Amino acid sequence: MRNVFAVARKDLVVEWRARLLLVRVLPFALLVLVLFAVALDSEALLERAAAGLVWLAAMFAALLVVQRCYDIETADGALDMLLTSVVEPSRVFFGKLLAVVGQLLVLVVVLVGGAVVLYGVRVDAAGLVLLVTTVVTAVIGLASVGTLYGAVVAQLTGRDSLLPLLAMPVLAPLLIGASRATEAAFGSQTIDLATGWAWTALLAVFAVVFTAAGAASFATLTEPDA
Amino acid sequence: MKDLGFILLSWSVTLGSMALLALATLRRAKSLAARVSDDQKPWL
Amino acid sequence: MSDTTPTPHGAALLGAGTARRSLGTATPATRIIGLLTLATMTWVVVSAFFITSPDVVQGDSVRIMYAHVPAAWVAYLAFVTTAIASGISVVRRHRTLGFDRVAGASAEVGVLFMGLALVTGSLWGRLTWGTFWQWDPRLTTTLFLFITYVGYLAVRRIDATPERRAKRSAVLALLAVLEIPLVHFSVVLWRSLHQEASVLNPDGDVRLDGLMLFTLFSGVVAFTLGFVWLVIHRQRLQALVDLQGTVGLDSAIAARATEAVLR
Repeated sequence: MRNVFAVARKDLVVEWRARLLLVRVLPFALLVLVLFAVALDSEALLERAAAGLVWLAAMFAALLVVQRCYDIETADGALDMLLTSVVEPSRVFFGKLLAVVGQLLVLVVVLVGGAVVLYGVRVDAAGLVLLVTTVVTAVIGLASVGTLYGAVVAQLTGRDSLLPLLAMPVLAPLLIGASRATEAAFGSQTIDLATGWAWTALLAVFAVVFTAAGAASFATLTEPDA
Repeated sequence: MKDLGFILLSWSVTLGSMALLALATLRRAKSLAARVSDDQKPWL
Repeated sequence: MSDTTPTPHGAALLGAGTARRSLGTATPATRIIGLLTLATMTWVVVSAFFITSPDVVQGDSVRIMYAHVPAAWVAYLAFVTTAIASGISVVRRHRTLGFDRVAGASAEVGVLFMGLALVTGSLWGRLTWGTFWQWDPRLTTTLFLFITYVGYLAVRRIDATPERRAKRSAVLALLAVLEIPLVHFSVVLWRSLHQEASVLNPDGDVRLDGLMLFTLFSGVVAFTLGFVWLVIHRQRLQALVDLQGTVGLDSAIAARATEAVLR
């Protein structure tokens, strides 16, 4: 367990030193929200679509975070060193996952704030509880898929365009669930809170499935090629 | 026959693409196999 | 003195002497399968166009069904084949490259049939429902399956060793087994929000008489035979391609060795 936290701390420290999340990813994500407004050109439509737009922007930005998570390793074979040391591959996965979850939580909170400010979204107390639950479960799911598929494309040429192509179809259920649940939390006419909670159940299943899959596949993905 | 256009389109795309894939595979296989002796081919 | 006789190694590579040379990737078995495929396919086309009668409700557009349903069937068959072959190639410790090649070949052929299922389904839907596309679970899931496999093939094209290619793509194929049911389930839930009437499939309201059923069944058989033929050949083709990688290196080494002798 200590190893998991050690790996997570290492990743977060590297990220903090470079401050890429702060300086590049968050501005990019907010920019996407602004561009949606420009493209859709209707405040009524924006307010209705806010939930979906937040999670779309989150998905795009999350892939940037994940790419970075693996690029820092491949620069000098750090990942190989990490794995040939005593740390078990699944623990490395959990450590990386934890670091990505941390960064994505910041990202999504900022995006939700952006939606409140830019799209005129309002959240009441009951909606807030649903919103927090949705954000946490969805972020874990997003992070697990990202960390797993990041490992699949790690060190491959052209991985920057591969990762979106591979990860986005897999993230579709997450996008559907997170958007509907967030829509309910934002007080939509068409989806009530109960349905929103049902969607978070799907999000939880998604998170569990891909976290488990990630832990299981990490050894195969990172073992030295015979 | 009614709607013949779409029906023909569906079938020609189906049969045509299968045939194309088959022919392309056979052609490429023939040129590559010529450079390799039979005892190296795993299926022989 | 010039020496133009190849080294023993070179002779083996050139297949000179007693080594028999067959054409490409064909064997007696594949010739039989190929002929059967052509025969059944001909029967299906003839029956679909000339022998079966138009549907009571849909008219002639039902003739697309005889291409669409078998194509969709083969698409899912290919998905399962790739998944099983990938599973075996991950679990076994030796001789896994053969299974990896089967997985890859099945995916290549599968992507073709997924695309065909989508195209024929779209055209059929246009004739029966007036729209090229519906966001119903079955179509949407097939679309996601198609995109997923395009991604899988993109990873296989990466310039990497066969072992690395095998490992990465096998993990992807197995993850797809998790992904596809999740996608299907969430799309079902999603569309149920819109209170649609029962899932709209063109083949939902076709009444199949004996001959139509038989033609449909023949179509499934014909397409499956075609799938098997294509996968066998593409798998062997991949083996040849991989061999080129090593043979090329070997012949280069042999050539250098001969060069050194000649000097």
